[in-house]
Amino acid sequence: MNDGRKKTSGEDTLLTISGVERIFGGERRLFGGRAPAVHAVQSLSLNVRKGETLGVVGESGCGKSTLARLVVGLDDPTSGKIVFDGENLADLARKDGNALARKVQYVFQDPVASLNPRKTIRTILEAPLKHLTDLDKDGREKRLTELLQAVNLAPEFLERYPHEFSGGQAQRIGIARALAAGPELIVLDEPVSALDVSVQAQVLNLLDDLKKTFGLTYIFISHDLSVVESVCDRVAVMYFGRIAELGPAQSLFEAPMHPYTDLLMRSAPAPGRHELMAEDASAELPDPYNPPAGCAFAARCNRKTRTCLDNLPASDQAPGPDSGHIAACYHPLIEA
Amino acid sequence: MTNAAISGKGRQAGKSARPGTLSLLLNNTLATAGLIILIAVCLLALAAPVLPLLNPDVTAPANRLLPIFSAGHLLGTDHLGRDLLSRLIWGTRVSLAVGVSATIIAAVFGSVLGLVAGYAGGRTDTVIMRGIDMVMAFPYILLALAIVAVLGPGLLNALYAIALVNIPFFARNIRGITLGLSRREFVDAARLSGKSPAQILFVEILPNVLPVIVITMSTTVGWMILETAGLSFLGLGAQPPQADLGSMLGEGRKILFTAPHVSIVPGVMIFVLVMAINLLGDGVRDILDPRLRAGSLTRPVARTAVLRNPADVPAPSGDENILDVRRLRTEFQIGGTVYHAVGGVDLALRQGECLGIVGESGSGKSVTAMSIMGLVPTPPGRIAGGAAYLEGEDLFAASDRRIRDLRGGSVAYVFQDPLSTLHPLFTVGNQLEEAIRTHQPLSRAQTRQKAIELLSLVRIPNPKERLTAYPHELSGGMRQRICIAMALANDARVLIADEPTTALDVTVQSQILTLMNGLRRERNAAILFITHDFGVVSAICDRIAVMYAGRIVETGKTDDILANPQHPYTAKLIECVPVLGEPERRLDAIEGRPPVVNDLPDGCAFADRCPHAQSLCRTGDIELVAAGANRSVRCLFPVNTDPST
Repeated sequence: MNDGRKKTSGEDTLLTISGVERIFGGERRLFGGRAPAVHAVQSLSLNVRKGETLGVVGESGCGKSTLARLVVGLDDPTSGKIVFDGENLADLARKDGNALARKVQYVFQDPVASLNPRKTIRTILEAPLKHLTDLDKDGREKRLTELLQAVNLAPEFLERYPHEFSGGQAQRIGIARALAAGPELIVLDEPVSALDVSVQAQVLNLLDDLKKTFGLTYIFISHDLSVVESVCDRVAVMYFGRIAELGPAQSLFEAPMHPYTDLLMRSAPAPGRHELMAEDASAELPDPYNPPAGCAFAARCNRKTRTCLDNLPASDQAPGPDSGHIAACYHPLIEA
Repeated sequence: MTNAAISGKGRQAGKSARPGTLSLLLNNTLATAGLIILIAVCLLALAAPVLPLLNPDVTAPANRLLPIFSAGHLLGTDHLGRDLLSRLIWGTRVSLAVGVSATIIAAVFGSVLGLVAGYAGGRTDTVIMRGIDMVMAFPYILLALAIVAVLGPGLLNALYAIALVNIPFFARNIRGITLGLSRREFVDAARLSGKSPAQILFVEILPNVLPVIVITMSTTVGWMILETAGLSFLGLGAQPPQADLGSMLGEGRKILFTAPHVSIVPGVMIFVLVMAINLLGDGVRDILDPRLRAGSLTRPVARTAVLRNPADVPAPSGDENILDVRRLRTEFQIGGTVYHAVGGVDLALRQGECLGIVGESGSGKSVTAMSIMGLVPTPPGRIAGGAAYLEGEDLFAASDRRIRDLRGGSVAYVFQDPLSTLHPLFTVGNQLEEAIRTHQPLSRAQTRQKAIELLSLVRIPNPKERLTAYPHELSGGMRQRICIAMALANDARVLIADEPTTALDVTVQSQILTLMNGLRRERNAAILFITHDFGVVSAICDRIAVMYAGRIVETGKTDDILANPQHPYTAKLIECVPVLGEPERRLDAIEGRPPVVNDLPDGCAFADRCPHAQSLCRTGDIELVAAGANRSVRCLFPVNTDPST
């Protein structure tokens, strides 16, 4: 391990993901053999420090949502372990099913779908208060008012049903629900990608304010690089179930090391940018049922060599110039 | 999108705009008839003890087999001289009670089994469903017979048998719905709120399944009554002398030829009752089923209705435009409310030009695009004014036949989600060849050759092999390339692309944008590009039109508008967009929400959210005025007007 890694696993670490793997399928079939298996997440190691916003970027199918579900306990890793504040998630769940939910919460991508259409906002927001806290009726009422105030919603919204809200308002309710039980870490899974740009900015600003007020830690999952750059302290770029590059947001966006990060950045359209970098049509994701032996990105990479095709680069194959900046690449764009 | 726009508006309109469940039911004549008959029959059955009826079980051999309309016996008597009218009403009472209670029992047990199986999944699901399969595997009447044989004949035992036989019906239906619901995000959210599985199942999922249970019940009650009658007919249900529709039928069978009225009277009652229940059940299903409620039953016509004043058709603005949209107004009428989705839009597209329409959801950009070729569903949509000229031809005045030729011919669409625009059961080659053959009289071999050419045109590797692929075998980017190839199949002059890259990943998006940009240069086709993303606009559009609340608020060259937006809304919208490489800037959100288009304010629609609004902004109609070359703004106090700033 290099210096950068040692530094991240210091005392201020809130969440440690080590060697986590999640396989879908692969179960034994009735008549011999096994069903085909997909590795949604593979040997993934990551630390989340207290008080930071860690961005996870990647395209559809790269495993970022699976990672999010593993962290909040909606799904269990096939192997590897996740440690939150010194406690193994699996042990925590065995002791008390709700212990994790008190500390880690989740904000969903589709704000309207994450609210039960047949429940009032009061019922929805009261659920975590009832099940995760010891508040009595008056205490819950007080907390509800606080929550609505925190997300800038009028108190009369409590008696309404989810379909009466716009996407932005529904997402505020989703955020209020995540805040209800006073968690330390919130996993935001594409929290703004279903929203219009003007509303997106409102929600991003709100998240920023809440983080300061309540001393929260965020894992911010998104496919939108510009959003991630504007809110995150550190960024992990995922490709095909693994981390391609990890580093402080500033150094990663200024000088990407992995060719995939570079491709992502140059593909992103921006106001005023005319020329986008475009690959050939043949550039596609590898077949998840039949993954390549070497680097998964090699087929699309113009820096690939024999080594890349045959061997899998370690996640810290290329240490960057800044501490904590690593890339899983044999031929990084910048050599340390 | 159109649907999003409507539902977005419906939300604010409140309950007055949407007719209530009961009034919807009463709109359906057949269901109303069923309801009235059912209520009448139920009232009659309930009132049996107080009605001046003869005792149904008293035999009078002297009066046996009296015909209908005999004195003292309105419907005659049966073979034992019992009054048929009295037996009919008492029998209906029994049949209804058995049918309804069997339905309730089957619904309760079936739903619980279905809910548990659907939510638990895995082994629990397998065990429960295989048990259900075993019940289903028996012919139902045989199973009912077996149950009655074990328990002994009797009405109550028949009821159990019928309820048990119908449990699988409920269990399977409810399991399917639960399975879908339990993967929904709100269930995950409930888990994270600390709810136990039982609480999730009965507090979160059950209320969402309830409409389906009601639908299933309403369609099975009739069936249950028939089954009760069947068992009684066989002598396994109601035992003599108790009257029951089925047993009455059975007793009449032996004397069907000598005294047909004895079996016809209960037969007609069974028919009327079951018919009424089924009509009502269908009506209830139409109302409660969200898929049918969403309007599938209204069946929109093939082309948007045009209801414009013929005396007020605007002339084309110039000769050089391929597509010229003038003062287009499109409305939706839902209930008693009219939504002005597009309120007077002017667009002009020259050859080889790409015009971007930018706006947030509900701004009317998709409806504008769909109106051009009459693709807005009618009902509820209609074109209320304006004109669209394609190379000088008024599209709203063209014949249906002409429009059909133009659709996919001179004017082609590319939509957002290629997976839902391609037919899943046909190969992409089939669909591409169909698109070509519809418009061009080519032989099979020529069509195939052309399809291969089109695929290579959109840079699909191995075009020949790809022709035999099904849509699901291709990636999102490939599918969108196929859609673009289909749009180009007949040398389209105008390509209308409605958010064609929104569903794609960034790397794929850049491929598609580069492809579209190249194609329009090669083919000299004009593109109307609808998007909400200013970054995408920069990459492909020459000019843009910014829409807000159904109207264009600013239009001009892309670079001019991005560098120097003059309408406060455009300026604010651009400031909202996070830009790669500028992480430090605090995003400036626009507070408030767009106005609802069924209740637009006087003056500027943006005034309530605008920092520069003055009292003048809230009165009269604000025109789109020219502000320099190729530039117009709908604002009384535009910003950034001094070019030096």
